[in-house]
Amino acid sequence: MLIYTLKRLVAGIITVWFIATATFIAMHQVPGDPLMNDKAVSDEIRQNLEQRYGLDKPVSQQYLIFLRNMLPPDPDFGISFTQQNRRVNDIIKDHFPVSAILGLLAITFATLGGILFGALTAIYRNRLPDFIIMFLVILGISVPSFVFAALGQLLLVNVNALIGYSLIPVAGWGTVMHMLMPSLVLGLGTMALLTRLMRSSMLEVVNEDYIKTARAKGLSPIRIFFKHQLRNAILPVITILGPQIAAITTGGFVVEYVFAIPGLGRYFIQAVQQLDYTVIMGTTVFYGAFLVLMVITVDVLYGFIDPRVRLQ
Amino acid sequence: MIDFSPAEKSVATEQITRPSLSYWQDAWQRLKKNTRAIISLYIIVFLAFFTILGPFVWQVDPALQDLNQVSQAPALPKQALLSGAYEQWQRIVIQDFPAEPDAYREQVDAPESLRLIDIATTQGIRLAWNPVEGAGGYNIYRNERYPEGFNDLGLPLGSTYAGNEIGYEDRLSLEPFTYYYSVVPTDGFDEYEVYSVLTVTPQLTITIDEAKARNLVSDTATPGDVVFLEFHPLGTDYLGRDMLARLMEGARVSLFIGIFAPFFFVLFGIAYGGFAGYFGGRLDAVLMRFADFVVALPFLLFMILFKIAFGVGPGESGIIPMLIALVLLSWPATARLVRGQVLQIREQGYIEAARLLGGRDYYLIFRHIIPNTMGVILVTLTFAVPAAIFTEAFLSFIGMGVVPPTPSWGSMCNEGVKTMLSHPHELIFPAVLISITVLAFNLLGDGLTEALDSRLRSRE
Repeated sequence: MLIYTLKRLVAGIITVWFIATATFIAMHQVPGDPLMNDKAVSDEIRQNLEQRYGLDKPVSQQYLIFLRNMLPPDPDFGISFTQQNRRVNDIIKDHFPVSAILGLLAITFATLGGILFGALTAIYRNRLPDFIIMFLVILGISVPSFVFAALGQLLLVNVNALIGYSLIPVAGWGTVMHMLMPSLVLGLGTMALLTRLMRSSMLEVVNEDYIKTARAKGLSPIRIFFKHQLRNAILPVITILGPQIAAITTGGFVVEYVFAIPGLGRYFIQAVQQLDYTVIMGTTVFYGAFLVLMVITVDVLYGFIDPRVRLQ
Repeated sequence: MIDFSPAEKSVATEQITRPSLSYWQDAWQRLKKNTRAIISLYIIVFLAFFTILGPFVWQVDPALQDLNQVSQAPALPKQALLSGAYEQWQRIVIQDFPAEPDAYREQVDAPESLRLIDIATTQGIRLAWNPVEGAGGYNIYRNERYPEGFNDLGLPLGSTYAGNEIGYEDRLSLEPFTYYYSVVPTDGFDEYEVYSVLTVTPQLTITIDEAKARNLVSDTATPGDVVFLEFHPLGTDYLGRDMLARLMEGARVSLFIGIFAPFFFVLFGIAYGGFAGYFGGRLDAVLMRFADFVVALPFLLFMILFKIAFGVGPGESGIIPMLIALVLLSWPATARLVRGQVLQIREQGYIEAARLLGGRDYYLIFRHIIPNTMGVILVTLTFAVPAAIFTEAFLSFIGMGVVPPTPSWGSMCNEGVKTMLSHPHELIFPAVLISITVLAFNLLGDGLTEALDSRLRSRE
């Protein structure tokens, strides 16, 4: 288990290095240089800036500087080109927690909902609740998140107008009430996917021998359902959580944009639109490392939860 | 002696009573039984017609702005009044009335007989009123509902600065709605708290020159005629562009990415995965490890990076860079799948037999292995299409994909979100189209999985 974790970590570090390198190469493919932007700078300032960022050195050295700056424990992503006096580290520090809370709420919501609805459809297989939920699931998979976000806002506007005061704010960030609708919207797609997975997983488990044994032993159906069926059916659902965290993070960009939430995703979009190179590079590498870490964590946790994986 | 006569061989039992079916015929028969998949197939065919033939049937320029009908909800064709060229408004000044009051007054009367001059059209609404004793000027307001008091007069349109200037022309973005005009007398600077209200519903008008330029009327038309404006069955967007034409144009971008990106990356995935799986060994390990790295890349971040790297900044359309980036980042999933299939098929007896008969590598690959993976590949392809359409929509939505004036369903949604509360149709139509397309491909994919799955077949 330890060796497995270590192996995964090494592969993860290589992946992050790969991401950083790819980002570096991509950024150096861009025509022009970062100092060419809006205002003309005098030669002295230009030289100073080039020295400061190592832009006067050959590309291979720039690459080494770039990598060295990113090394833990104190990674330095540089200074934003468009927001004055703001370090990329500060931008990440200030805005990532917002995105993280949003994502965490969304994934909690998606997992609970997915497992609950998936189990329900399996119990009511080929009956009305199954059809209704599966219809909603197909809708959830087919409708883009920004449409859900817009519809969610529309719903809130109407609800608030109906009751006469702003119970749940339509946009912004701050209180728990602000977080409800965005995280719901963000989790919807993942929830649909998990419901679908949970349903097929539940139906597979029903035919297993240990369920028959449990039934033959005379256990109560409720005990069989929770102890034997549900617990085993959840396992495959957990594996997909790793990649889904990535989907939720990027989906968060849109939700943050539509709901005007000051998360990192919104800053990333803004940086891309303004070609703020250091912010783009910093957030890409940061998000990349974060996602790789998440996938590894889920995989390793999966080993702890499911003993069968550990044996392999 | 026992006579062993041979048992009569019954020919009838040996006969195959049903025609033999190939794999694909069988799959097609199963798919036909799946109503949802067949409906989806019809929807996809309809979308193809909508995209390819639509612009020939509905020949409206998607970039043409119809400023008479901006942000219009779907409706039947509207009528408009033809008018001549705009004539300059002559200010109404009464000569035998003092421009400035002789003395300041605490209180004045509200203007009397506030009335229209000429007919009210969207070209301009001309108001006049009787002069007020003691006024040094007038302020004119416009509201979209009946004013409920002095503080509810609405938009301040303008002022006159003489007690004898008693007319005003409003040309400020008039629409064929009902407006409530109020005129408040002033002492030259400050308002007296009295006002008169006039209700005006202007007629939609279009100048004769513009109508001719837009081919709405023949040359013989005269001012005062009633003409039909351009018909917008699905309404117009915030710049007055025809929604139907834009949806058709946008479908080209969305479906182009949606069809071609999966096609190319599946093709590449087949080649890569087939190569790795067939030759196996160390080569396989290295190739697959590389694929693992590409899988681990944060997909959308790299899509955006690629676009920047191609030199396509924000504000520029980059359909081809988007396509290339999608292909470069999406192939590993297919490669893995194909490799797994190839590893299985490689060990099958018929491959061994073909090899013994002298089949070469490329013959084995193209004649036996790839055709046998086609089922799985087809299913991947169907599920890859909605994913690609989603990606395009997402990128265009955040402004990194297709940008104005080229429409795509994603960018149309982005524009629609901004006016969602007042003109929901601008969001609803592209959103519904994206959803239906993705839904159709998803359901078709489900149907194909069931139809092509050999495990399900043997179970019956």
